[in-house]
Amino acid sequence: MTRRHTRALAASAAALVAVTLSACASSDRDSGEEGGEEQTGGTFVFGATGDPAMLDPAFGSDGETFRVSRQIFEGLLGNELGGTDPVPELAEDWEVSEDGLEYTFNLQQDVKFHDGTDFNAEAVCFNFDRWYNFEGLAQSPSASYYYQAVFGGFASTPDTPSIYESCEATDENTAVIRLTQVTSKFPAALALPAFSIQSPEALQQYNADEVSGSEDALTYSEYALEHPVGTGPFKFESWDRGNGEVTIVRNEDYWGEPAKLDEVIIRTISDGNTRRQELEAGSIDGYDFVSPADYETLQDTGAQVLVRDPFNILYLGMNGGNVPDSGANPALQDPRVRQAIAHAIDRETIVNSLLPEGAEQATQFMPPTVDGWADDVTTYEYDPERSKALLAEAGATGTTLRFFYPTDVSRPYLPDPAAMFQVISQNLTDAGFTIQPTALPWNPDYLNAVQAGQADIHLLGWTGDYNDAYNFIGTFFAEASNNQASAEFGAFSAPEIFAALDEADREPDAANRTEMYQEANRLIMDYLPGVPISHSPPALVVAENVQGLEPSPLTAEVFSTVSISD
Amino acid sequence: MARFIARRLLQLIPILLGLSVLLFAWLRALPGGPAQAALGERATPEAIAQYNELFGLDEPLIVQYLRFLGRAGRLDFGTSARTGRPVTTEFLERMPGTIELTIFAMIFAIGVGIPLGYLAARRHGSWLDSASVIGSLLGVAIPVFFLAYLLRLAFAVELGWLPGSGRQDVRMDATRITNFYVLDGLLTREWDAAWDAVLHLILPAIALGTIPLAIIVRITRASVLDVVNEDYVRTANAKGLARDTVRRRHILRNALLPVSTTIGLQTGLLLSGAVLTETVFSFGGVGSALYDAIFARDYALLQGFVLMLAIMYVLVNLLVDISYGFLDPRVRVR
Amino acid sequence: MTALGDVRRRRIDELAARAGQVSEGEGGVSLTKSAVRRLRRDPVAIIGAVIVVVFLVVAAFAPFLAPRDPLAQTLLSEIRPGFIPGSQEGFPLGVDNLGRDLLSRLIWGSRQSLLIGVVATVLGVIVGMALGVLAGAFGGWVDSVVMRFVDIVLSIPSLLMAISISVLLGQNQYALMIAIAVTQVPIFARLLRGSMLGQRRSDYAVAAQALGIRKSRIVFGHVLPNSLSPVIVQATLSLATAIIEAAALSFLGLGDPDLARPEWGAMLASAQGFLSIRPELAVYPALCIIIVALGFTLLGEALREALDPKFRR
Repeated sequence: MTRRHTRALAASAAALVAVTLSACASSDRDSGEEGGEEQTGGTFVFGATGDPAMLDPAFGSDGETFRVSRQIFEGLLGNELGGTDPVPELAEDWEVSEDGLEYTFNLQQDVKFHDGTDFNAEAVCFNFDRWYNFEGLAQSPSASYYYQAVFGGFASTPDTPSIYESCEATDENTAVIRLTQVTSKFPAALALPAFSIQSPEALQQYNADEVSGSEDALTYSEYALEHPVGTGPFKFESWDRGNGEVTIVRNEDYWGEPAKLDEVIIRTISDGNTRRQELEAGSIDGYDFVSPADYETLQDTGAQVLVRDPFNILYLGMNGGNVPDSGANPALQDPRVRQAIAHAIDRETIVNSLLPEGAEQATQFMPPTVDGWADDVTTYEYDPERSKALLAEAGATGTTLRFFYPTDVSRPYLPDPAAMFQVISQNLTDAGFTIQPTALPWNPDYLNAVQAGQADIHLLGWTGDYNDAYNFIGTFFAEASNNQASAEFGAFSAPEIFAALDEADREPDAANRTEMYQEANRLIMDYLPGVPISHSPPALVVAENVQGLEPSPLTAEVFSTVSISD
Repeated sequence: MARFIARRLLQLIPILLGLSVLLFAWLRALPGGPAQAALGERATPEAIAQYNELFGLDEPLIVQYLRFLGRAGRLDFGTSARTGRPVTTEFLERMPGTIELTIFAMIFAIGVGIPLGYLAARRHGSWLDSASVIGSLLGVAIPVFFLAYLLRLAFAVELGWLPGSGRQDVRMDATRITNFYVLDGLLTREWDAAWDAVLHLILPAIALGTIPLAIIVRITRASVLDVVNEDYVRTANAKGLARDTVRRRHILRNALLPVSTTIGLQTGLLLSGAVLTETVFSFGGVGSALYDAIFARDYALLQGFVLMLAIMYVLVNLLVDISYGFLDPRVRVR
Repeated sequence: MTALGDVRRRRIDELAARAGQVSEGEGGVSLTKSAVRRLRRDPVAIIGAVIVVVFLVVAAFAPFLAPRDPLAQTLLSEIRPGFIPGSQEGFPLGVDNLGRDLLSRLIWGSRQSLLIGVVATVLGVIVGMALGVLAGAFGGWVDSVVMRFVDIVLSIPSLLMAISISVLLGQNQYALMIAIAVTQVPIFARLLRGSMLGQRRSDYAVAAQALGIRKSRIVFGHVLPNSLSPVIVQATLSLATAIIEAAALSFLGLGDPDLARPEWGAMLASAQGFLSIRPELAVYPALCIIIVALGFTLLGEALREALDPKFRR
């Protein structure tokens, strides 16, 4: 009897060995299939942190949605490979009228959508009119965020006017777009994936504008879920939601340089350690949002860590105290208390110890590479003694601050929110504040809470969409309503800042505009509605045998230039 | 028997009703509310009011609850905020993965647990016995997610023997019929796809199966020890029956009775308890969806999944009770 | 009887029934005496007890035992992404990712883990016992309502339940304790009810009733004290579960938001980001959790055997 058990055990051990051996065999076979040198083709598997919300970029506002859009779609303008400047894409070039209100786009010829229909001026105008005529739930901020950020309102919302006036197809390859007002956002904003040109036929066939809803959620159309059709180097193939895998394949009829890869699979792996281990195990070829702690480990295994230039800002937002019922601490209305906070934060240590190499301390709310950055703003160096003195002077020693920070998230500007929170917390405690922490899941709880002005101080940041000062400081500090800033900064009232931003945005001359934004930055840093902390270079990583992936400061990588060798 | 089952099923109704009230109240009590979640943080109060009116979220809670109940009765749990698809669709798509994982975990737990528990009891007091007792207590004491990390680090990353995440190699172009990947592979005769799915199940199944394994070892050991000292075993031995016959007919069969109920109970728990394991292994089942839903505040999905899991749990337990009735004549239902 | 978790209940009820046998069989004093005697001879009990005692002592005397301030980010300026200084003079186990002494944090962390475990278990015991006594003492419709409620709670897997409650109550350490406590309520409620039902028919209860003693006195003077031993066993085992569940909830990001306060689960969770460079940051707190959970389990199992008449041969 005993012997029989032993035999059974031996048998199962043998089975285990067999499993093991065949596992090795199968992984060998896989790598064999990928083999071959300097060839085009193959499948590239990329690890993303989350699923796309859906596939219609007009309704997108998050990075994972746009990661897919950027491969399938193109806009009139695109982004310079590896840079932040807008470059011609579906528009060969464009002219602006004297008054800055009329843009004439000369389009690429012989371009076809993936469904075989022609790309032309009619198609361009169809898309612009589509956005302008969104109705009902499509007008929700969570649906058409970027359209509203750039153009304002819709055809059916006279109370919130739109700066879009009309689009006219003057001939097959010329589209003329008229605006009602000059804006510095135009035309750079057209490089955003949200303004991709999509196939009019597919949009109509699959009822793209039908955003419906239920008690719990918006529901997007069949188009947005199953049938995105653009002009880009890759075509949509399938989306396996259960496993979080979006598959796109090469567009053989692409008008430009065709993609080298046969197929790209974008796979969601939400846990950072799993992403790293999957790369090390060879089951994915690259992933985004590399933890700064892992750079060296990854490089030791032969992987290539691709560091993007910093094009973001991390700041500590402060509550100006004008949001009703937010329970904000009125002490923050005293500029001395805000200055005390700024002087308390040890940004040098933060940049050296918590952020990846290449991170910089921030002096203002935009990175130095953006036109309008000023080298002579008021700065607030680390000086705890000064903080204590300022607090004592303001009679606010021991002030309690409700400090909000997000959990379960890693942002390009904030790789480890918990560590950042703890260090700043300790800094502020050392300077004589009392910290009351609140942790919330990033989306939607944290964003909702801080953007509604519920925190006294909070951590947040921004990655630029394109190279424009307004995209940074306008987003944060433009007048939101009735002479008040956004609720995130406690709806503070600083008319001179609002006026400076508004005038700069309306200035058609680039050189003048730069100076006006510099002035706005000086005003902001004198007022100090928050503390700019750092600009941080986020990184992605690819395996040793992957070439041609150009890191983009906008996190707008395209996979068409990527190839895999052995 | 049929009457027994019918009565038991009827008794489910008040429990499910109570559960649905709890879940409904729980979700409606959450801050922000569904409109805010659907429309986004920048939504104006007017937009939210409009949305609430559109979908009847401004009606009295009791009306909303009855509507929810009406829909839930037709297995319609609304739309997931995160994916924009019906919750029931999501559930049906993901449940096969979790069931596969549960089956593999239980095969592991039973296949190792019963022989180990039996051996430990037969050699009561030996080093094997002590080791299995300590090991089984240790198995319960290790946080599951930590064990999962260790397993993946050792077998997927360092040794590279087994895949460490997902349900199947993404490069594998397998045909899907039932969404049970192993079964699909067998049905379509795509042997490599089936084998690949099996390999993907091994590490998560070990991580998930460790706690049931520990419990099964303990119960088996204890119940074999109990049975060995029962009168009928002594009688059988005294009668001079062959030792093998005594073992098979008397000891094992009677000892396995309590073990079988434990197995059923653990199976029910695993179906819903795979949140941590599935998350660490990026395994596309029900558990990982629940994890994502918690952080995305995907209320509809949480509500629907918890309710459907509770129903499954209850049904599995019912099955266990019925099978217990078959196994043990003393418990035959009156 | 309903279909819900019959097996689980059967096991709890079994435990309760055994307690009834004990109290009927012999007096409480000799039970305790013989239990202690048997515990002292049982190596499993001794190992468990030693672990638990060491843990309690460390938690109680953390301020005197910890070599450093667990909050001071002493070596923060030496930390670089990808580099965390290891063991060195004055920092026997090295520092965490913010330059804080790991040993001191582990020592202080025992306090928080103990606090969470004890508060959650005590809450669970009190509420569970109250419900169980209510159901057991009144019977009838009160019993039905209470037990139906307990069934509902039992039909939701405990981790899901804890997650739901944490989400509902927001992220703070009290929510964590309550979340864990709620998952334990049904266990204690059933335990108490079963044990009381068993004793209602016992000789002394019948005798007391015949003597005209008030019901409340019978319940609180006789029945309840006699039901305590399975509760003590279960509470010891529950402490282990509570500590592990706290770690799981911290891992899921639902723990104490004040991350500076050292807690093993949170330390383990935050070390996930540094597994590639300093796996010890995760291994040490994990070991602490495992050892302490094991200690309580060993002690609980030994107690169960010592108090169980079946094992008294």
